[in-house]
Parts: sequence; structure tokens; C-alpha cells
Amino acid sequence: MSISLRRTLLGSLLWLAAAATGVHAADVSLLNVSYDPTRELYKDVSAAFSAQWKKDKGDTVTVNASHGGSGKQARSVIDGLEADVVTLALAYDIDAIADKGLIKPDWQQRLPHNATPYTSTIVFLVRKGNPKGIKDWNDLIKPGVEVITPNPKTSGGARWNYLAAWGYALKQPGGNDAKAKEFVAALFKNVPVLDTGARGSTTTFVQRGIGDVLLAWENEALLARQELGQDQFEIVVPSISILAEPPVAVVDKVVDKRGSRAVAEAYLKFLYTPEAQDIAGKHYYRPYDEKAATKYAAAFPKVATFTIAEQFGGWKQAQATHFADGGVFDQLGVGK
Amino acid sequence: MAAVVSAAPLRRHRPIGRRLVHGLLIGVALGFLLLFLLLPLAAVFVEALRKGLGTYVAAIVHPEALAAIELTLLVAVIAVPLNTVFGVAAAWAMTHFDFRGKALLGALIDLPFSVSPVVSGLIYVLLFGAQGWFGPWLQAHDIKLIFAVPGLVLATIFVTLPFVARELIPLMQAQGSDEEEAARVLGASGWQIFFRVTLPNIRWALLYGVLLCNARAMGEFGAVSVVSGHIRGLTNTLPLHVEILYNDYNYAGAFAVASLLALLALVTLCLKTFLEWRYGSELAARAPRGH
Repeated sequence: MSISLRRTLLGSLLWLAAAATGVHAADVSLLNVSYDPTRELYKDVSAAFSAQWKKDKGDTVTVNASHGGSGKQARSVIDGLEADVVTLALAYDIDAIADKGLIKPDWQQRLPHNATPYTSTIVFLVRKGNPKGIKDWNDLIKPGVEVITPNPKTSGGARWNYLAAWGYALKQPGGNDAKAKEFVAALFKNVPVLDTGARGSTTTFVQRGIGDVLLAWENEALLARQELGQDQFEIVVPSISILAEPPVAVVDKVVDKRGSRAVAEAYLKFLYTPEAQDIAGKHYYRPYDEKAATKYAAAFPKVATFTIAEQFGGWKQAQATHFADGGVFDQLGVGK
Repeated sequence: MAAVVSAAPLRRHRPIGRRLVHGLLIGVALGFLLLFLLLPLAAVFVEALRKGLGTYVAAIVHPEALAAIELTLLVAVIAVPLNTVFGVAAAWAMTHFDFRGKALLGALIDLPFSVSPVVSGLIYVLLFGAQGWFGPWLQAHDIKLIFAVPGLVLATIFVTLPFVARELIPLMQAQGSDEEEAARVLGASGWQIFFRVTLPNIRWALLYGVLLCNARAMGEFGAVSVVSGHIRGLTNTLPLHVEILYNDYNYAGAFAVASLLALLALVTLCLKTFLEWRYGSELAARAPRGH
């Protein structure tokens, strides 16, 4: 024990010394700072990328990962977490990093599909047999229905949830902003607990058994069902939902400082290859690649969706109106 | 002898109501302990071994778990000795000298107890984060504090700062400085007094404080969570690794790693109990002596 402990400590000290002096072997490392539900996705993507890079260039790439609520993760990068790439839940969180000068403003033009390698949407996860009979968004505001969603202030998924509900209310006959606000306020009255990230909300719902319905990323709902029992939960697809577009970007200031731009850009480009698109489909993210999309089509329910651009005029505007300090979400008085 | 004889019938005649109250109180205390301490502790081990010993061992020898263990030990190895030195120095100053701001020092030592650990972490982000007061300077000199090992050490030092000092101050206060003054009169130097008189007098309380300090250093979650950045295999300590595994739907793994922390707590508890039992009189500020 004492020998192994000593070796451990020695190792740590050497590692510290190496870290302090910047002496590293020829090995390359990347840090991917991502949002909460992508843990399993990027574990597989990174392994595939490392194998590819090793084959092509001979170098060993280690892709380190950090996961958490998208807004919180963006905050950490702004505060100095040295991410080579960010793969976040929504464009605004990357814009926030860009606003601090860490990423060039044109980041969304640098990769296909507005720098979004895959899409998803928002669905409902309910308990077996759907005891509260939840079929669509308007069932969520009924008295006695407990809704689980993370906090829109810290979580990207939660902001998609919120905007999906808002969009639904707008599209109802006679729908307008005032009515939508009323609807979303009623919905959040039914939320007993706001976690900081999507995965936190999922464990609250499935593991701690709190709530009647979980508003979740489609990928998160499908994964939870697969991990925790097909027979315990059911997925309910609402009449309409939002097309969630989680984008990716290289953090220019970090890669230029670390000299990791080439491998960081290759990593993000790799996300668009058939191989990575297939991995995305396998993990229940909707791939753009046609072959992967066809292969996994059966897993995805048919959902009518609207986009943030057409309904809210893009993320910058949606963020400023709804989620900024003193915005509409704050006016709802959630948690007070 | 007569007293012993007369005591026995007395006990037999103790009113039944009082015995009931005794039994009830003991029952409530034991039940409470069982429900809130032993049951969760047992649950940790049961859950950890639910999928068999193989899964348990696999979760602990996983590279990310080993990295978390290594990091936790490293942080404790730096933070605990520093706080031990500080604790002894602060306790010495508080009990041997009168100076302006002594009350303030006492209050400051207690500050980490009263501040939420999350806030403790956040202040370091506000100070040393890229947008913080010293952020630009640190970045210009390529020094990484936050979201790296130094940040974890800083946050841990902050939250574990009071443990040693708080253990020593009452004891040293009660002991007074008579023995040290005697040593000085006999011609001992400052260091001689410290190592021959002060240290032997406080050694068990010091060990006790170090033990508690270490337990908290290894178990701290809130403060290190804020400054960690949660990079797997690099900046996750054991408690953070437990959360990650739990959120990965890897419940057996989460509880396996949690069982390491539970074991640490049990060892700490045993050592603490042993110290109290063996050296109780020296730990409890030796107040009665000479008064």
C-alpha cells in the first residue's frame, strides 16, 4: 500500500511538473466541453476519431470531456476552462463565448448546417401506462400534473423545452405572446424541481421517481428508456415541437494558444463523416447523413417541428427576450 | 459497604415510569442512528455490490476512478499539511498573545464553517477566473489556477481551514502557558519549547484535528465542484466522480466509488473514537487540573 501510494504521489508530482512546464510527449490532447446528455455520444465519437487520427497521422489523440448544463459549461469556458472545442446545446451559449472574444463571430458559417452536425427535438417521457393521460402540451398545465424540466437559466435543453411550449401556445387558435406567456407560466407552476442540467432532470424523474412527465431531449428520453427499462416509461410525442439544433465550434483563442487548431478542426469535421453520423444515429441524435438517417429512421417518432429562426427570429433574440436577466422567464416568478 | 447494600433495593424500587422513559429515550436514539446513519451506509455497500464483486472492482480500477483517487490524495496531501501548520500557528497566536484584532482572527478562522462551500468555490472563480480580478494577469503569464489542480487545492484549503485551529484553541487555552514559561526560565529556545513542551501537550488534539481536516478535504464536494471544470480523468476528485457515474446511469459504479468514501469515513470515525477513548482526558481541554 505504502509503496503504491508513494508511486501514486510521485506520479502526481511528475505529472504536475510536466503540466507546469508544458513538456508533453508527442501525444495530443483535446478538451471537448459539451452539454449534459452527450456523455455517451462523445465517448464513442472521440474513440472513433482517435482511431482515425492514429491511422492517418500516427499521433495519439486523447479527447478529454466535460459535461454539464449548456449555459453553465459556456460560463466555465468564459471563466477560463480551456476547451479546444465546445459542443453545446444551442447557438446562444456559443455566441456568449464568442462575445468575450474567445471564438470568432463567424463560427456558425465555418461548418455545414450552421455548424450543427445533428439535430434533435423535445418530447415527453411519462411513466408506464401514462397514468395522467398526457398527450400534448396543454395536458402539462392541468392541475395535479407534475412536470420535470431543468432550469432554463443553466440548461440548454430546458430553453428548448420552454421555447417548444411557447411555440405550441402561439400556434393555437387565437394564440399570441400574452397567451403564450400565460401558458408557459402555468406550465412552470407545475414544476416541483429545477435541476441545472438535462441529465440531472432525467435522474430526478427516473431514479428519484419525482414527477409525472419529463420534458426531455428526444435522445435523452430514448436513452433513458433503453438504459432503465423499456417497460417502465413511455415516450409521448406532442402535436408539435421545436427543431433543436445543438451546434459546435472550435475555441479560437484556446487552440491558437495550445497549437491544437489542426486536430480540433479535424475533430469537428469528423462529426459530419458517415462514421460519426452513424454513431450519432445510434445514440438517438438525428443525423443529417442520409444513409445514417435511413438506417435509424425507425427509432425516431414522426414529429412536426418549427425552428427557432422562423418562430423566434434566432437565438440572440430569443435569449434577449426570454432568458436574459429580467426577461420573460424571470417575470414568470418561477420558484418564488 | 453500607451504601452499596442500601443502593440495591433502591434501584429495584425505581418507579416503572422512569424506566420506561429511559428505555424509550435509548430506543429513540438508537432508532434514529439506525435510520439516518447505518441504513444509508449499509445501502451504499449493498448497492455497490449489487452487480457482483467483478463490477465493483472494475469500477474502482477504471482509469478515470484511479485518476480521481490519485487527485483526491494529491489535494489532501497538499491541503492538510498546510492547514496543520496554519492551525498550530493560529492557535498559538490566539492563546499566547494579546493583540489587536484577535477577535477578528477568531471570527475569520470560523468563516469557512459559515460560508456555503459553493460560495467558497465561486470566490476563487471571481478572483482567478479568466474574467476575474487576477484573470488577465494569470493568463498573460500562462498560469492556470481555476479548472486545474491548483484551484482544487485552493478551494480545499479554504473549506478545511478551521479544523485544526478549532481543535487546538480550546485545549491550548485551558493548558495555559505555565509549562512553556517554566521552560523559558530554564533557558529553552523557542523551537525547543515548541517541540519539547507545546507539541507533546497538544499532540492528540492535533492528530484529531488533522483527521477531521483530512476527512473533509477528501470528501468535499461543493467548493471543488465549482472550480473543477469536471474534466474526466483530469480534474474530478472522488466525490465529483461519484456524481458523474451516477449521472451516467452507472449506479453500481457510482456506489462502488462512494463506498471508498464511506470507508474513509468509517476509518476516520474509528480513529476518532479510539483517540477519544484512549486520550479523552488530553483531548477535552484539561480544565479541572489546577483549578
